[in-house]
Amino acid sequence: MIHSLFLINSSGDIFLEKHWKSVVSRSVCDYFFEAQERATEAENVPPVIPTPHHYLLSVYRHKIFFVAVIQTEVPPLFVIEFLHRVVDTFQDYFGVCSEPVIKDNVVVVYEVLEEMLDNGFPLATESNILKELIKPPTILRTVVNTITGSTNVGDQLPTGQLSVVPWRRTGVKYTNNEAYFDVVEEIDAIIDKSGSTITAEIQGVIDACVKLTGMPDLTLSFMNPRLLDDVSFHPCVRFKRWESERILSFIPPDGNFRLLSYHVSAQNLVAIPVYVKHNISFRDSTSLGRFEITVGPKQTMGKTIEGVIVTSQMPKGVLNMSLSPSQGTHTFDPVTKMLSWDVGKINPQKLPSLKGTVSLQAGASRPDENPTINLQFKIQQLAISGLNPPLFAKEDWP
Amino acid sequence: MPGAGELLLPSSDSLASPLCSGRRPLSTLLSIKNLLRKDTAYNPWSVSFLAPLLSFLSAKHSHISAKCGPMTRHDDLKEMLDTNKDSLKLEAMKRIVAMIARGKNASDLFPAVVKNVACKNIEVKKLVYVYLVRYAEEQQDLALLSISTFQRGLKDPNQLIRASALRVLSSIRVPIIVPIMMLAIKEAASDMSPYVRKTAAHAIPKLYSLDSDQKDQLIEVIEKLLADKTTLVAGSVVMAFEEVCPERIDLIHKNYRKLCNLLIDVEEWGQVVIISMLTRYARTQFLSPTQNESLLEENPEKAFYGSEEDEAKGPGSEEAAAAALPTRKPYVMDPDHRLLLRNTKPLLQSRSAAVVMAVAQLYFHLAPKAEVGVIAKALVRLLRSHSEVQYVVLQNVATMSIKRRGMFEPYLKSFYIRSTDPTQIKILKLEVLTNLANETNIPTVLREFQTYIRSMDKDFVAATIQAIGRCATNIGRVRDTCLNGLVQLLSNRDELVVAESVVVIKKLLQMQPAQHGEIIKHLAKLTDNIQVPMARASILWLIGEYCEHVPRIAPDVLRKMAKSFTAEEDIVKLQVINLAAKLYLTNSKQTKLLTQYVLSLAKYDQNYDIRDRARFTRQLIVPSEQGGALSRHAKKLFLAPKPAPVLESSFKDRDHFQLGSLSHLLNAKATGYQELPDWPEEAPDPSVRNVEVPEWTKCSNREKRKEKEKPFYSDSEGESGPTESADSDPESESESDSKSSSESGSGESSSESDNEDQDEDEEKGRSSESEQSEEEGEKKKMKKRKKVPEGQREGSSSDEGSDSSSSSSESEMTSDTEEEQVEPASWRKKTPPSGKSAPAAKEISLLDLEDFTPPSVQPLSPPTVVSTSLAADLEGLTLTDSPLVPSLLSPVSGAGRQELLHRVAGEGLAVDYTFSRQPFSGDPHMVSVHIHFSNSSDTPIKGLHVGTPKLPAGISIQEFPEIESLSPGESTTAIMGINFCDSTQAANFQLCTQTRQFYVSIQPPVGELMAPVFMSENEFKKEQGKLTGMNEITEKLTLPDASRSDHVVVQKVTATANLGRVPCGTSDEYRFAGRTLTSGSLVLLTLDARPTGAAQLTVNSEKMVIGTMLVKDVVQALTQ
Repeated sequence: MIHSLFLINSSGDIFLEKHWKSVVSRSVCDYFFEAQERATEAENVPPVIPTPHHYLLSVYRHKIFFVAVIQTEVPPLFVIEFLHRVVDTFQDYFGVCSEPVIKDNVVVVYEVLEEMLDNGFPLATESNILKELIKPPTILRTVVNTITGSTNVGDQLPTGQLSVVPWRRTGVKYTNNEAYFDVVEEIDAIIDKSGSTITAEIQGVIDACVKLTGMPDLTLSFMNPRLLDDVSFHPCVRFKRWESERILSFIPPDGNFRLLSYHVSAQNLVAIPVYVKHNISFRDSTSLGRFEITVGPKQTMGKTIEGVIVTSQMPKGVLNMSLSPSQGTHTFDPVTKMLSWDVGKINPQKLPSLKGTVSLQAGASRPDENPTINLQFKIQQLAISGLNPPLFAKEDWP
Repeated sequence: MPGAGELLLPSSDSLASPLCSGRRPLSTLLSIKNLLRKDTAYNPWSVSFLAPLLSFLSAKHSHISAKCGPMTRHDDLKEMLDTNKDSLKLEAMKRIVAMIARGKNASDLFPAVVKNVACKNIEVKKLVYVYLVRYAEEQQDLALLSISTFQRGLKDPNQLIRASALRVLSSIRVPIIVPIMMLAIKEAASDMSPYVRKTAAHAIPKLYSLDSDQKDQLIEVIEKLLADKTTLVAGSVVMAFEEVCPERIDLIHKNYRKLCNLLIDVEEWGQVVIISMLTRYARTQFLSPTQNESLLEENPEKAFYGSEEDEAKGPGSEEAAAAALPTRKPYVMDPDHRLLLRNTKPLLQSRSAAVVMAVAQLYFHLAPKAEVGVIAKALVRLLRSHSEVQYVVLQNVATMSIKRRGMFEPYLKSFYIRSTDPTQIKILKLEVLTNLANETNIPTVLREFQTYIRSMDKDFVAATIQAIGRCATNIGRVRDTCLNGLVQLLSNRDELVVAESVVVIKKLLQMQPAQHGEIIKHLAKLTDNIQVPMARASILWLIGEYCEHVPRIAPDVLRKMAKSFTAEEDIVKLQVINLAAKLYLTNSKQTKLLTQYVLSLAKYDQNYDIRDRARFTRQLIVPSEQGGALSRHAKKLFLAPKPAPVLESSFKDRDHFQLGSLSHLLNAKATGYQELPDWPEEAPDPSVRNVEVPEWTKCSNREKRKEKEKPFYSDSEGESGPTESADSDPESESESDSKSSSESGSGESSSESDNEDQDEDEEKGRSSESEQSEEEGEKKKMKKRKKVPEGQREGSSSDEGSDSSSSSSESEMTSDTEEEQVEPASWRKKTPPSGKSAPAAKEISLLDLEDFTPPSVQPLSPPTVVSTSLAADLEGLTLTDSPLVPSLLSPVSGAGRQELLHRVAGEGLAVDYTFSRQPFSGDPHMVSVHIHFSNSSDTPIKGLHVGTPKLPAGISIQEFPEIESLSPGESTTAIMGINFCDSTQAANFQLCTQTRQFYVSIQPPVGELMAPVFMSENEFKKEQGKLTGMNEITEKLTLPDASRSDHVVVQKVTATANLGRVPCGTSDEYRFAGRTLTSGSLVLLTLDARPTGAAQLTVNSEKMVIGTMLVKDVVQALTQ
């Protein structure tokens, strides 16, 4: 399956390589670099690159390319999914997954990779098991290790690997038993320039942080499970029970995990809680254009809209922008032509706006593209789909 | 030491000259070490070699290190590794691993590192393993030093240490240790711990890649591990299977159902591998579910996949289906096929995109059309994942959406493009949107496309224009709209957009050039501005092709082009020559000179293609002195009507690759890709997957069926063949219901041949439905013949066949001569076609008719009865599923044919009846009685029916449907049900014809008032314990010599009473169980036979009367 893994940063340096079978020369990455050059942006590097003897499958996350080398037919998603799992594991271990962090923890990274794959076939990918095998580095542990000479490698053997619930380690003990569930919902909407919604859909996830002693068996039920149009589960959730009773029944992994992600059907059109008024015009005669956007709340059910960020890709013809925001800060990068405005909270009494002029390349004709505005925002304590807070129950828990 | 045999060989060789050969001092060392550990007779001898050898080695190394010492940077590391402090060692190892990670060469540290392989510190050890696995291949000899450590680890009591020792041992790619690895794998494969077995499975492909000669041995291990029942092992072993022997699909048979059932609990990675392997497996083992849906109406229960015919059916499959249609039987999904579909479906909800994709491709390739739709939603969900996942999923969706457009139509909006999508995703989404566009949604799609055209991403805009072109060609209604839109784009300021539009417009115009002279003119004007070669070439081609529509402009364009000819790109130059030639042919007056000018320019062009083309064109169009044969046809050559290009998706026909595979993504066969086989024409033997069922159950199933078939006159349509094994679906029971008439069977006890028979039957059963009508005709004829041997029938009824089952199979054999030929010859020997038969008269009659083809008498019961009786029979089957040893099976119908009405009394109408022992269709409490009418008068008998019965309390009758006419000499059979209310009272009723009424009565023998029950020995004992005292009737008897053998006893008992045999531990005891039909009270019969002939018969039953009578009957039967 997976022969080798190369970690490549955006400037094209291979800063980590790991081989699970015979060593594959790093020159194989030349094909990757070629493709990288051809693709103008990192996201456009094709995830699958065939070379004469190998196939390079890559994912791009945290400004790092994770390039897996394979030699024979394998479902591409298998490899891609695995690479993402690797990134998730690194994130889980080190908090962030970035080049310096990986370089600093190269030994741990190597040990983890060694455990994750055996001869190219995934072996232990559950974070609970991995953490039993190789303890994640913490400041405290580093200090202790230097003093006592102990190591990151767990001295106990990972018995979880042998159990029927491979995602949970055994012998978990907590004095405060607690379980938290975060319901995070995202609206994804395309809105045309007149303000009407073209498509909108809600995706949600339930992230859990469970710190319970022993082998708890939990159930979670929803007031209105019908809302959930399409769901996918952590492997710990019992499919059958969901199918028959619409109840989530599971033995949770220890610590943080994503219990469930769901999709709320787009049929009943979602009310978008914000609106944007825009007035962007480029004039042919002068090399100046007008730019004005206002963001305002709409149907927020009394909640404040926070973390509003507006980004917009300006046409190539735009040289610079002189804008003044009524609140927040804005930047315009004249190289990438990316305008970004960090608005912050929206105060319904005083709507934030960004006004100013756009200076265009002299002589060039009016750009005929309309810039797209991307708007991000957050609303705390509101499930836009109306999914009611789940009811939590425990079963079989001493 | 299990490896002794293998290890001795190399060692004895090297021991002969350990030092002087000097080729492989270390392998010698290894062998010696092994010898030492073996404690063999060689021991003292080899020790003497060992000391100098070791010193030789260490000297060699110290020499090396001394030599390169000053040069290497790693001296400090070596020093650290040599210390006794674990912390220093650890530090050194960490630095070394960091070097490896960065891709730096650390191989010169090998000796220093390997020494630490047995280090106590677990992290040092692990890092040494990492190092070892990385460099062992390069330093094979030195790597051998570490082997003994791992060998010791393999014997560790802790399973995790055993596993990790095997893991590292198998990861060291040193060919010389292949035998050691092989042994270790074999041993680990039968380890107690599933985790070690999993590691063994992982080690298999490693060893295989090291030495493919071990394949056969490895396949054995795989076979063994495939049988493993733990989820932990399943994924890994299937992976090994796929890498080592994917062609050995036969290894999967026995494990197929287990894999299907375990699937949901296997870890995600294993699921992916198993699902894709099972997809391939299913393609070889099951019939295509889409092969002939037109016939589905015949099977109402399968209506759920009989939905609308998909227009997007592959041409190949359609042809195949059409060709096969006349011969094909109605499609019945194999229960195992259904099992796979059912068990994979919940995995669509997996969090892993790879699993979802695997299930999606499984459904796409294996599911009936109407069921494929379920995967759409899950695939659309994956579109919210990482962009790489989206990329792969969209590629697959693009392929699927060509074949099954309807599936994704509801999700059209999910494929709308977001400005934040990477270009490659945008283009794939466009592809899908284009595939999904149809008459109804095209306005929406086009509106969406219009927005895209204004995007800043030019590649994407170009792709959008192409997509519009494709929509326009596919959907005629919007062609003009699209064309207009594209023409407007010609005034776009971006040249790329214009160029792309030109290319697309060219293709569209080719479809209807006549109406679009204006557009061509417009395009002609563009030649002044547009610089993109492809676009210029397209315009020139258009003008040339349709020069008659623009007769004034065309020469002028050529003039301009001639002027700029030298500066044009090659592709444009070629089109200029083309244009010149076409104009010369149509309008030579104006363009003759221009053409010659262009051709002269081209003649001296740098590009040889252009020079060639010019020479060629000149010869064609300008008649030369001797040529002219071609030039006469020049017009035809150049101005022939050309077919419009078909704009089709690049994803068309990609589905011959297994979806979700790398090969599909690349649209090229990747190394190691396993072709997805086509569906077989005929389903291979499904019984190969039977495993869990112990053999005897199968046999009895088989035999039981035969019992069912046996009543020759019975309602053959109601007959069913329990072809599926015990663990198959209930639905299959009805699917595989087969007509007894067409059954072939053998009375063999060997389970193997039974299996074969069984599935032949199954196939037969499927076909029989269609053949039924013919058979019916034959059966009628048959009836006539049957009358003849009536006399013999009685005579031979006393001749009790000991091999009753064989006789029954004989009777079946008559059903189908064709089948007979197919049957293996072996069974025929065992079943001599003698007159040995069951006591039942009807069987005997069959034997006489053995050589006739038609199987049995078709009852005249109407179809309604048929369908209900089918269900009832199936019920009966499960009830009667008794585990009898086949050779001990009973004949079916206990009491022989009894006379109901003598032909003299009946004025030519003779009526007999038999107890068929089949559950009666309408009412399970009724005994089903087959009534046989034959008309021996010379006038037809009309309107045969049952008249008002005068019945004792509780007894009820289900009358047979009226027989309209029975012509002279003809016979027929009807079934009626009588509820005797668990008593032996006679049922009196009238048998009426149009002219006469006959009073008749049927009195059942007590043995017919019950139905067999399947139970285990323990259950039997338990039930027997409850029925003691008054409920127990015991009788002592002496068995005559003739009836002391096992099967005679069993046969006699079962002939007397309709009971099922219960397995019994002791040899001299026979147990039978049944339930009375009306009240369902248990009837348990035990016969304790001593070898001397003395026997004791015990009947336990709540119904004491029945018990007493039964004892009497059985004793009588046995002592006769």
